[in-house]
Amino acid sequence: MTDTVDHSKRNMLLAATAAAGGVVAAGAGAPFVLSLMPSERAKAAGAPVEVDISTIEPGAMISIEWQGKPVWIVRRTPEMLKELNTHDSDLVDPTSSVPQQPEYCNNATRSIKPEYLVVLGVCTHLGCSPTFRPEVSPTDLGANWDGGWFCPCHGSRFDLAARVFKGVPAPTNLIIPPHKYLSDTRLLVGDDGKEFRA
Amino acid sequence: MMNLLTKLLGWVDERFPLTSTWKAHASEYYAPKNFNFWYFFGGLALLVLVIQIVSGIFLTMNYKPDALFAFASVEYIMRDVQWGWLLRYIHSTGASMFFIVIYLHMFRGLMYGSYRKPRELLWIIGMIIYLALMGEAFMGYLLPWGQMSFWGAQVIVNLFSSVPFVGPDLAILIRGDFVVSDITLNRFFALHVVAIPLILVLIIVAHLVALHEVGSNNPDGIEIKKNKGPDGHPVDGIPFFPYMVVKDAVAAVAFLIVFAAIIFFGPDMGGYFLEYNNFVPANPMKTPEHIAPVWYFTPYYAILRAVPPLFGSQFPGVVAMGVATVIFFALPWLDRGQVKSIRYRGPIYKAFLAAFVVSFVGLGYLGLMPATELYTWISRVLAVVYFAFFFLMPWYTKIDKCKPEPDRLTSK
Repeated sequence: MTDTVDHSKRNMLLAATAAAGGVVAAGAGAPFVLSLMPSERAKAAGAPVEVDISTIEPGAMISIEWQGKPVWIVRRTPEMLKELNTHDSDLVDPTSSVPQQPEYCNNATRSIKPEYLVVLGVCTHLGCSPTFRPEVSPTDLGANWDGGWFCPCHGSRFDLAARVFKGVPAPTNLIIPPHKYLSDTRLLVGDDGKEFRA
Repeated sequence: MMNLLTKLLGWVDERFPLTSTWKAHASEYYAPKNFNFWYFFGGLALLVLVIQIVSGIFLTMNYKPDALFAFASVEYIMRDVQWGWLLRYIHSTGASMFFIVIYLHMFRGLMYGSYRKPRELLWIIGMIIYLALMGEAFMGYLLPWGQMSFWGAQVIVNLFSSVPFVGPDLAILIRGDFVVSDITLNRFFALHVVAIPLILVLIIVAHLVALHEVGSNNPDGIEIKKNKGPDGHPVDGIPFFPYMVVKDAVAAVAFLIVFAAIIFFGPDMGGYFLEYNNFVPANPMKTPEHIAPVWYFTPYYAILRAVPPLFGSQFPGVVAMGVATVIFFALPWLDRGQVKSIRYRGPIYKAFLAAFVVSFVGLGYLGLMPATELYTWISRVLAVVYFAFFFLMPWYTKIDKCKPEPDRLTSK
């Protein structure tokens, strides 16, 4: 019997055992972590929502629920659309360079059809839902107000294309969710047929 | 780098007994070198405990302890939660596996006299763990709110109502209601996920501390501490870390293979681990045709049914069942044998132990079966054998002809 230890072989065996054990631990841990992800029920609640937009009055907004969050659909009047390009210098990102919208909404009105704006009603600051204030120059928002959204939590302001004004806490424009028109009056929110969004 | 780590360790050691604890309980805890197959089950029980706690935490994230939603929330876990079926089957299989390893662990104690002096307290703490585990399993079984959950709880809680004088009020106190209800479910949930696990962890730590104080018994049933080398360590002992840890790791892998095979290929184990009636929502208006506890309670359940009502009361049966459970506490003082291990015991102890195993397994089987007249009579005979093992022990262990114990561990 000798007392010599083959250290390199021992280290190799240790490393191999540790590696095999690590793979097993990762494999066994994966189901536990994955169980924390949205369940099938939560995913079903996040499925695309079909909306009838024929009943929205000009200048009015409806609010629907998609993935448990409010999605606003505004039917903008020609006057409202005209006001959109009058205050570009007051906006943080007037040309929507930050990708807060699908490619097909990266335009002056941030919409597929200029008349209808579809936008996720969640403030990009800390997640409150801003208030729709379509009136022009109300006393509390000042003479320069052309209509838009005001966040009651921290005072962020957005115009009627959901673009954020300068000098407020919200850093970016509101998010435009993927959507598409099934017909002239039917809108599908959450699915634009281009990519799968769970 | 190493130098920095050594410094950090020194800094910690001056403030917390890290290295000394590691030495006392692992690297310099000397375990007998002749541990055999039967010595795997303590470590495996610890492994199952960890599995149950982790899978239980994740189940709690989706389970609803409300009689209106409990059954549906379990189905939600099974169908909608990602990998939820796996979490649930790990937990339900783990419950049965826990009792398998605990029963084998206890049987090891019987074979090698591990409850004898100086390990009486170690044995008693272990028995408290066993009782806590039974409570944990019983309350956990109510949570899915299936038919067996409901009627099993109904029957067990009603056992308490047979206690003279205070029985009916006691049962109401346990249920918090006049029947097993939403209130009962809610409190069993609290006990199952918070109270008993906390107690279990604490007394398991106490079990290990007590074990490491007196040292492990071994298949020869002799004290290795009586024979120490010049270095002060038992000559027949080897450090727990790394030697026993590596050995236990092999057992853990083998055990997990069996565990996984059950989870993936037969999580209900033909109705023994998960009873079929429990896939039906609880209905307080209709008892299933045949109800039986889960297999790990059936030996005691068979004893309960074997005792006929006396003086118009079911209480004697309940007492018999209770005694059958707690009689294990008295083992260290019932055993008068000159040796600990079955290897050096005489034929009488071996015969009694064999008869006890037959009665335990037999009663376990009969407890699963409908109570026919024949089966009830067999249960009575086996119950007598069961109690004879304990109550005659002071006598037969004394007259038994033991072989002389060796001075050193044998390599058998």
